[in-house]
Amino acid sequence: MASLTRLTASVQKSRSASLLSSYRSLRLVRTYATADNGHTMTVRDALNAAMEEEMIRDEKVYVMGEEVARYNGAYKVTKGLLDKFGEKRVVDTPITEMGFAGIAVGAALAGLRPICEFMTFNFAMQAIDQIVNSAGKTYYMSGGNVPCPVVFRGPNGAALGVAAQHSQDYASWYGQVPGLKVVSPWSAEDCKGLLKSAIRDPNPVVFLENEMLYGVSFPMSSEAMSDNFLLPIGKAKVEREGSDVTFVAHSKMVTHSLEAADILAKEGIKAEVINLRSIRPLDIDTIKSSVKKTNRLVIVEGGFPAFGVGSEICAQIIESEAFDYLDAPVERVTGADVPTPYAANLEDLAFPDTNLIVKVAKRSLYRTN
Amino acid sequence: MFRRASRSLRTPFLHPRASFATRALGRLPNSQSPIVSQPHFFNSVTGSNEQIPAFRLLDGTGVPIEGADLPEIDEAFARKLYENMQLLPNLDNILYNVQRQGKISFYMTAYGEEATIVGSAAALEDNDEVLGQYREMGVLLWRGFGLDNVMAQCFGNHEDTSGKGRQMPVHFGSPKHHFHTISSPLATQIPQAAGVAYALRRTPDRSNSVAACFFGEGAASEGDFHAGLLLASTIPSPVVFIARNNGFAISTPSSEQYYGDGIASRGPGYGIDTIRVDGNDVLAVLTAVREARARSLDQGRAVLVECMSYRVGHHSTSDDSFAYRARSEVDDRKRIDNPLVRFRLYMESRGWWNAEAEEELKSRLKADVLKAFKHAETQSRCELSELFTDIYGGEEPWNIKEQREDLARLLKKYGEDWEPWRVELQKFKNKGQELSTK
Repeated sequence: MASLTRLTASVQKSRSASLLSSYRSLRLVRTYATADNGHTMTVRDALNAAMEEEMIRDEKVYVMGEEVARYNGAYKVTKGLLDKFGEKRVVDTPITEMGFAGIAVGAALAGLRPICEFMTFNFAMQAIDQIVNSAGKTYYMSGGNVPCPVVFRGPNGAALGVAAQHSQDYASWYGQVPGLKVVSPWSAEDCKGLLKSAIRDPNPVVFLENEMLYGVSFPMSSEAMSDNFLLPIGKAKVEREGSDVTFVAHSKMVTHSLEAADILAKEGIKAEVINLRSIRPLDIDTIKSSVKKTNRLVIVEGGFPAFGVGSEICAQIIESEAFDYLDAPVERVTGADVPTPYAANLEDLAFPDTNLIVKVAKRSLYRTN
Repeated sequence: MFRRASRSLRTPFLHPRASFATRALGRLPNSQSPIVSQPHFFNSVTGSNEQIPAFRLLDGTGVPIEGADLPEIDEAFARKLYENMQLLPNLDNILYNVQRQGKISFYMTAYGEEATIVGSAAALEDNDEVLGQYREMGVLLWRGFGLDNVMAQCFGNHEDTSGKGRQMPVHFGSPKHHFHTISSPLATQIPQAAGVAYALRRTPDRSNSVAACFFGEGAASEGDFHAGLLLASTIPSPVVFIARNNGFAISTPSSEQYYGDGIASRGPGYGIDTIRVDGNDVLAVLTAVREARARSLDQGRAVLVECMSYRVGHHSTSDDSFAYRARSEVDDRKRIDNPLVRFRLYMESRGWWNAEAEEELKSRLKADVLKAFKHAETQSRCELSELFTDIYGGEEPWNIKEQREDLARLLKKYGEDWEPWRVELQKFKNKGQELSTK
């Protein structure tokens, strides 16, 4: 339980929200200083734009879930879609995850392209059989006769102050299942390009958003603003190049990893930050290349440590030729191995933040094999 | 309130409750519920203490019961019904024994439920989308799936059009026959059927089709059943739910499966037109499902049909039902409530059938089944490389390629030289060549 020890021993942390706001004001602008047009977009709007564009493009695409229509979605991600596309394509459902997930799977098996919104992926567990056993496996079991092009999307991972049953990261759960694709985007660009790709994909895609990123603005390139902007599922993005240590992160942990890289840079340490974007297929090649360059790997995630995304990346790296390039043991920075507590001080201790990543990176740098 | 009006007009079993007739006290706001001044509890959907009635046309000896309006069927159609019903036990006899000989891993018979399955199949249009549970092979056969396809699926050989040998026996599927791939976890097909029907409603050239969803009374205990009926009624779509109440969920008798009035009592709870039918009377099933289908299309809504039957066979080849029910009970049911005998006697009464025809049919069906079995038994399995196909549509992810290349490398190294692999490879079409020569 190295991660738990690390976490509880870590210095006092500020709330994630304040980190986010400081991030917004400082970090982003610099990351994308080269963005060509001054456009910015929130993650929420990027997701909304992706759905709208794909619904205009393909009549078969429709959205369903609890409160997605009249209420514009619990987090307003589907705002305005009912007015634009009407009740036939933006469908409010009763509060029955296994019911509307099942309808979505059935509609996909019958040729439509449903986007099934879960209020959070914590509640999708009540529908997980439909996702794993039906959506994920029918194409194979039917001998390639019946594809299931459905997107399951909604917020995933810990939010703020919503305790154990609303604060779990399911990336590794779905990442286990052959037949599913699993995406965990970070920026507005990620969200737009990957959600559009997910909707067009012939396979079931689990699209893991993050509630705390919904309101965050990111610069958008002209390319990303276009109707045809697609990002490939299964490809990671090097958000920042460096030569001393590799950070691999997904979703909100990309934010903290970039902040950590900034802090380290002041001490002359060049950290490379990889935004995974996809959990399955996992872009292990990009990680391997980076490790061969930096010789040190720190994997950062908001999920539990055991059998997690970090565990899988670590395993694949040490099984590969990249193992020979490692100058220090692989480090995992993860959520604590406890059900997420409600109390703010305890919740803060349960998840990685920027300072912890800096600390672990230094440990990795000052050790050798 | 068009829907309510139409429902009460069209559903003969829903009697207005006399005790609620106190209109003078008005109704609740935002509801049609009349206000009463006395506490009135109820525990019956019939408005009386009677159980929901069961619709029947022929009695156990094939004689039309009093007041029965038989569907107009001609001799050819009646023969088709009977031959399809008779085909099921003939297939079951062979495949059950084939499983016992260890040639296939699993099998499920339909003994006792022939009228429910074939009657429903005959009432549906052949392009209605069927989502079965697992015991509905008779629907596929009615639609011309053919014995060779049945055998190929059960043997998982290279001719298996259902799934390239990837599914357990009786997990059929055929887009051509509008029959969705069987899913082993119970009841997942129920909300999916609501989704399929939703898609039908949204597809212009499919506006004359319904989704038909089969499930057992045991599966109706799953949350998916309730979720499926709720969603089908709140997001209206043309789906006919057909509950096969055969008395047993493996060993659990229906008396332990529910305390209420069967599955039919749940339909009105979801605002769904519902009928209970004698599932061993093929003409009653035919009539009820035809009417259910017509209502479903007409209203664009779900309809529930509960077919009361009795599972004469064991649940599956993994079950020995005499551990939990007396052999004499099964024998009695076979004798006094046999769907095949009942319809045969009716046909004989019409002069459409006789002992000779029976003999001829049985020997023909047996020969057909044996021929298909012998063919399937000798066929090779799918190509070994199919292990890695159809996991993803579109571009193949690296992890699939890597596994295929790994197997190819191992085959090259050991395929010829290591006895167990050499022997096993002979069973595959192409003997794994397509992998090892790459």
